[in-house]
Amino acid sequence: MTKANLVDHIYEKVGLSKKEAMEMVELLFETIKDTLSQGESIKLSGFGTFSVRSKGSRRGRNPKTGVEIEIEPRRVVTFKPSVQFKSAVETGSDT
Amino acid sequence: MTRSELVSVLAERLNGYTKRDTEKIVKAILDGIKEALARGEKVEIRGFGNFRLRTRRERKARNPKTGTTVEVPVKRVPFFKVGKELKEMVDGKTPTPSESDSSPT
Repeated sequence: MTKANLVDHIYEKVGLSKKEAMEMVELLFETIKDTLSQGESIKLSGFGTFSVRSKGSRRGRNPKTGVEIEIEPRRVVTFKPSVQFKSAVETGSDT
Repeated sequence: MTRSELVSVLAERLNGYTKRDTEKIVKAILDGIKEALARGEKVEIRGFGNFRLRTRRERKARNPKTGTTVEVPVKRVPFFKVGKELKEMVDGKTPTPSESDSSPT
């Protein structure tokens, strides 16, 4: 499923034009992105939490050459699915 | 930011939508993602990330109360892989592109 399929899904579920549905999908993900880049997490009840974690610097190694390098401290996004999301997905018939 | 705060921000940015309408749309989007994963599909949002399933192997576990061994069956869990653009935005390596205008008040 891509963004376009998601737009179709909303178009069918809610009474919006395709253009409006597209705008809404874009705006939703842009807002989440902007919020996360400010270091703030997003808690979407029933879905999950996106949060920003800071990782300290550590020594790493280039697996190809074996050269040791310093990995700089960085910030990463993590997603923790809610209980509802997990249970919706848990027991798939096709695995 | 919580779900209702997100709904308020979206309703404000897109004029003409009530919070109630906006919540309906947000629900449709999030449910759409959930349902796709429940069907075993993958969801790809370019610039944001991908949602897909990861399979946890079956394993043996113990009931801590009774000490009996139980079989925990194969389990599927939602997994989110951060997209390149979002990853770079959060790490501050590139200037945030959608930051210049529209200040959320």
